[in-house]
Amino acid sequence: MTLETPAFWLVAVLLVGASLGVVLTPNLFHAVLFLAAALVATAAVFLLLDSAFLMGVQLLLYAGGVVTIVVFAIMLTERLVGQRITQASRGLANGAVVAAAVFVGALGVLMETPPAARPPLTGDATEAIGRALVGPFAVPLELLAVLLVAALLGAVYLARTDD
Amino acid sequence: MPLQAYLTLAALVFAIGLFGVLTRRNAIGILLGIELMLNAVNINLVAFARFRGDLAGLIFTLFTIAITVAEVAVGLAIVIAIFRVRRTIEADRLDLLRG
Repeated sequence: MTLETPAFWLVAVLLVGASLGVVLTPNLFHAVLFLAAALVATAAVFLLLDSAFLMGVQLLLYAGGVVTIVVFAIMLTERLVGQRITQASRGLANGAVVAAAVFVGALGVLMETPPAARPPLTGDATEAIGRALVGPFAVPLELLAVLLVAALLGAVYLARTDD
Repeated sequence: MPLQAYLTLAALVFAIGLFGVLTRRNAIGILLGIELMLNAVNINLVAFARFRGDLAGLIFTLFTIAITVAEVAVGLAIVIAIFRVRRTIEADRLDLLRG
């Protein structure tokens, strides 16, 4: 019994609560703020799984980058239309049934898997990630760089004005 | 906590995100649901990487995070472009391709 168990439950409650906020709140801007909370809670889950480096990446790229972009998009579209975007939902019952079915199905599968013991930490994961990125994963890393450039150009092209 | 706890948490977040994708009318709201689902997948990847002692899961998570950020940038650019033309981002009313 370590500190991990209460920390896990705290983070789990935060994550699930924030996720429910994302999909249920009627105000789109509040939904983005809930998403930021959910992403930070996910970063905490990464920390519980001994991945401090991924926690940093998650906080910087996701909680920092994605949330900023989405807030910009909402501000732009609200500003353009001159009225607040209402966030109506439809088919709540159908969506709940499908989502619950997927959850129960996944639960059924992972209840059948035998419980695995958590192996002890071996060395510094961050250093190992760095070495792997320039070693066996060098080609995917370069491809990722190409993808990011393509996404950058694509976003600028799509969002530009006509004149 | 056992591996199952993390996987259950991820499955729950994934189901919530799926619910959001299915029920939101607003295109940005749908994107937020997709973000939640991808996030749940990342939790799964990191949990498996930790419990199997396999570094590849962490690298994979790094890649999915980067690709997701690119996807969000392009997705929101498309949303803004659609908004300029159609003056709406309600997914139900974007039916030009409907036969």
